[in-house]
Amino acid sequence: MERKRTPLWPVHKQLGARLIDFGGWDMPVSYPAGTIKEHRAVREAVGLFDVSHMGEVVLRGPRVREAVERLTTNAVASAPAGKAVYTLLCRPDGGVVDDCIFYKRSDEEFFVIVNASNTAKDLDWFRDHTHSLCEIDDVSDYTALIAVQGPKAVELVDQLAGGALAGLPSFGFTNAVVAGVECLAARTGYTGEDGFELACAGDEAVALWTALMDNLPPGGLPIGLGARDTLRLESRLPLYGNDLDDDHTPLEAGLGWAVKLDREFIGAQALRDQKQRGLTRQLAGFKIAEDARAIARHGYAVVDRSLGTSEAAVIGTVTSGGPGICVGGSIGLAYVPVARARPGTELTIDCRGKDTPATVVSGKFYKRTQP
Amino acid sequence: MTSFPNDLRYTHDHEWLRAAGSAWRVGITQFAVDQLGDITLVDLPREGDLVTKGQRFGTIESVKSVSDLYAPVSGKVTAVNASLKDSPEQINNEPYGAGWMIELEPTEKAELSELLTPDAYAQHTAA
Repeated sequence: MERKRTPLWPVHKQLGARLIDFGGWDMPVSYPAGTIKEHRAVREAVGLFDVSHMGEVVLRGPRVREAVERLTTNAVASAPAGKAVYTLLCRPDGGVVDDCIFYKRSDEEFFVIVNASNTAKDLDWFRDHTHSLCEIDDVSDYTALIAVQGPKAVELVDQLAGGALAGLPSFGFTNAVVAGVECLAARTGYTGEDGFELACAGDEAVALWTALMDNLPPGGLPIGLGARDTLRLESRLPLYGNDLDDDHTPLEAGLGWAVKLDREFIGAQALRDQKQRGLTRQLAGFKIAEDARAIARHGYAVVDRSLGTSEAAVIGTVTSGGPGICVGGSIGLAYVPVARARPGTELTIDCRGKDTPATVVSGKFYKRTQP
Repeated sequence: MTSFPNDLRYTHDHEWLRAAGSAWRVGITQFAVDQLGDITLVDLPREGDLVTKGQRFGTIESVKSVSDLYAPVSGKVTAVNASLKDSPEQINNEPYGAGWMIELEPTEKAELSELLTPDAYAQHTAA
């Protein structure tokens, strides 16, 4: 099947990007600088990401708040207009359908950005669970999304917006004109750095990207999906399909802060019950020391050899892992029994037949120093 | 079609070999490096280890993936590029130079004739 292309595909080609199949999309995994330099550019200066493959949906109508109230685990419907809210969509059993951001435009309209690989599933979910309370408009095909992230991101975007955007608070959003292009500009991102995500019409994406590239400060780079993944992992931001799925709840994933259990929503009862019973497993962050020279990747087993040597020894599973580019060694996330999830706990991970020691760490692996 | 250095021999697994006295120096090709992206770890055998053609002799980890390295010919490891332990990025920077991995003293000389010429390898990567 022909891979789908974002409006910025010709630009990636021209920049010499290495393109890979990402959920049916032909996407840049890295540019000639390479993933490690791209990662550091975002931590130290600024990076531009084409994330137009993500899905965008508009929910609107006089009763849209009732629909949103049912769908979302976080306090989305009651948020003030102009606020973006991270939330999970849960199944009745508490498993996660997707994680996404709802942008509340008014009491009658929400803009939603969902994971690319889940767009079709989410649209079905919305249709099946909003009970005709609102109109569902899939605008993915004609919406482009460019993320601008890093300590120099705000200055770069603000200067192209005539000074209109620097004052936007974290998770605030507004309509803005950036380099002559009408955008929804949100102070959000997926890197742990400050910055913006800019949604615009697909046919204006090249103009916006080009203006950003032309004004890129020293050290700035275009960034591929490879560094997008290492950046989000270092900042301990979950990835659907790795760390989140139908079989794990947000409470197990450590996302209780985005679940308001005093509300009624799909999955609320199951999550209240789970909280009442107590968790049995939990997503833990781990570090592998530099000298162990190993990377624990998605699907590797966490083992306790005192329980046996084969399947009996498996106590958990790694969901994400990679090099800690700015923190050293390697890092990852794994579902493990709650008793093994405490910071400082020593874990053993079977890295392709080699038992490798890892230590549970709390919080983000990398935390930015600037506000 | 990408061209590959003329003084080397190649394998279908994207390794190159260069005659170095009675031994053969082994590394991975630019094509392999482009596919892997930034390399972060290399696990290599020790000097004196015996390897068998087609069997795993090490692993290479990039940011995104882990791959096995397969012995291009059978033989004894006579040298290992120890500098890759701290600077694996040399493989990205100079795959045919500072990024070499091991030297092998072949034990089955006939296997050398099965290696690919630059042209044959270029066709293999274009396929």
